[in-house]
Amino acid sequence: MMENILQTSPILQLQGVTKFFGGLCAVKSFDLKLNKGDLAGLIGPNGAGKTTAFNLITGLYQPTKGEIHFNGEQISGMDPHEITRMGIARTFQNIRLFPNLTVLDNVRIAYHAHIDYSMADSIFRSPRFSRGEKELTEKAQDFLSIFQLEGIQDELAKNLPYGEQRRVEIARALACDPKLLLLDEPAAGMNPREIINLMELIGFIRERFNLTILLIEHQMRVVMGICEHITVMDFGEVIARGNPNEIQNNPQVVEAYLGKGAANAA
Amino acid sequence: MEVGFLLGSLLKIALLLGYLYGLLRVMGHPKLWVKALGVLAAFAVIQVALTDFNGFKLLNAFDQGLLFQAATMTMVALGLNLIYGFNGQFSLGQWGFYGIGAYCAADITYRWVNGDARGFLVVGIGIILGGLAIWGIGAFLKRYRGIPVLSSFTFYILGVVAAGFLAVKLGALLNPLFAPLLGTPANPGPLASGLALQVVFFFAVIFAGAFTAEISFLFGLPVLSLGSDYFGIATLGFAIVINTLMVNSDTILPFPEMKGGRGMIGIPKLTTWFWAFFFLLVVIILMRNLIHSSTGRAIMSVREDETASRAMGINVAENKLLTFVVGCFFAGIGGAVYAHYIGFLSPGTFDFLVGFNPLIIVVFGGLGSMTGTIAASFGWVFFLEGLLRVLLSQMGTEAPTWRYVLYPITLLLLILIRPQGLLGNVEWGFLKSVKVASRQKEAGTPPTGDAPQSIQEGA
Repeated sequence: MMENILQTSPILQLQGVTKFFGGLCAVKSFDLKLNKGDLAGLIGPNGAGKTTAFNLITGLYQPTKGEIHFNGEQISGMDPHEITRMGIARTFQNIRLFPNLTVLDNVRIAYHAHIDYSMADSIFRSPRFSRGEKELTEKAQDFLSIFQLEGIQDELAKNLPYGEQRRVEIARALACDPKLLLLDEPAAGMNPREIINLMELIGFIRERFNLTILLIEHQMRVVMGICEHITVMDFGEVIARGNPNEIQNNPQVVEAYLGKGAANAA
Repeated sequence: MEVGFLLGSLLKIALLLGYLYGLLRVMGHPKLWVKALGVLAAFAVIQVALTDFNGFKLLNAFDQGLLFQAATMTMVALGLNLIYGFNGQFSLGQWGFYGIGAYCAADITYRWVNGDARGFLVVGIGIILGGLAIWGIGAFLKRYRGIPVLSSFTFYILGVVAAGFLAVKLGALLNPLFAPLLGTPANPGPLASGLALQVVFFFAVIFAGAFTAEISFLFGLPVLSLGSDYFGIATLGFAIVINTLMVNSDTILPFPEMKGGRGMIGIPKLTTWFWAFFFLLVVIILMRNLIHSSTGRAIMSVREDETASRAMGINVAENKLLTFVVGCFFAGIGGAVYAHYIGFLSPGTFDFLVGFNPLIIVVFGGLGSMTGTIAASFGWVFFLEGLLRVLLSQMGTEAPTWRYVLYPITLLLLILIRPQGLLGNVEWGFLKSVKVASRQKEAGTPPTGDAPQSIQEGA
């Protein structure tokens, strides 16, 4: 019975989350519920408040009002690094790799929160240090192989082509060992071939790492292709929820994207 | 003569850089006995060069001075490179912490040889109690969420002040036990001469480093929460405050032996090449081991992108504070070694304008390059203080001042031509990061690369 409760209880729940920037209401009583294993999409026109919602979930912003629960624990009010350690990892809209570090180091940084050697171990180069370092390097290399980046582990992140930077960023996020992965416009700037690649990849990592995924995306092909639930935002408010089919035929959504009258024309 | 001097100086600089390269290479050797022998040889080479053979010395007194100055400058500059080059926090306060280390260590040994153990006792007990207070308060505050930085700062400072007060009382209480063993300057007791004095000197340096580190913790805690530029200004202010305190150390502060602006004389000259070399190696090894670890990667990630490192689970505030404290610890060590080489401390040495020197060295050598900082420290001291000062002084008494025109021009040229610094991110031998063998492609890896064709064909 206990298991039952755990399974049905949502992994992420936002209740009435509101964020004001001065007088501007970026997100207005936003509710969201994700169950374990969901692959959900968050869409909306530019400036709808999607990325703000991500920043609220990951703790980069604190909500003005409302509560965010992750795995039954309240995470609103926590620092971003604590939230990451609890199991929420993210990627950024404008890729935020560590440009002057190598690909391998970019991924290895994700393990810093979980290292099992102390600073004293590293200063005195104790056996514990060597063991820990070897272990985490191997884990990082595992991720690199999964994303077929093993050949470029010593390249500086800033020298990589765009598509590979995206992959490194996703690998880095996964190395944080998350239960919930937030992807902010993963397909931005990708060509159609790369997009198909990415969709495959998202499906694959979800299976392999038992993830719940929430993604923001403008490429309807991605959203409609892989998301099971979609939440549509406009001006900080949720205007529609449902599966891809329902969303595509929702007049309010069409209006938000294409303007008044478009819905009738369609 | 001038041409000869010029060529000789350039040769010396080249030899020194070669020496440093060799030292770092041998330190990076995988076999332990090669490492140990190499380091010993490197120590012996300079030791022999400094030894007086019937009036003949390979390195004269002037060069010897430059060598020690370069060694201490390396420690300070490495600390600054850790803070600025690796962590991205623009600090102008390094020189102030260098001064704190110098005065702290000098006061300990000066008092010791003058029959007063209080310096040693108070600082020693103080840093232990202060460290315990900081640790205890830190553990206590961790239990609560969302405490503003200034509130926790208040807790820390109260704790440390209480620890300091207790240390002063305890020091005064324990002092009579030591007094008979210390003797007087004219007739030193068993604890104030020979090996015992060397041990005290060693602890004085460590204490000075720890003292500096604790001060930097208290200063860094509230100030590091400022953005980088504001942090720079605050640290500059700190350096000026410290300098003012030095000038008034005999009036505002209760340290008559520091003699304020007149300068502190009579510091026992205990820094030998052994100690300078030892502490230089300690700083280099400490920093290298820190940088090439998970902590080091976290430090660099904060420089690269604070938001992203937050999202990677790194506690950015803690990380910045740690880096700042370690960097200032190095500065304190450097100051302590310097004070006991030169034997005389004047507030003028720690003027904030001189404090730009380590910054220039760090930029010159390359931000985020340890090798660059080490090479630039030695090169800078020998070139500017050694070569140019002598060369220019032959042209007239005011001419040496021209080196302050020449080196900004050099710096400008460098920034224009090689913005990444002289050595960029080249590291020598020991300082190189450990290369991890890359994996061969494995069979049976998931779809990412090859799959799209099949899908595209299908579509």
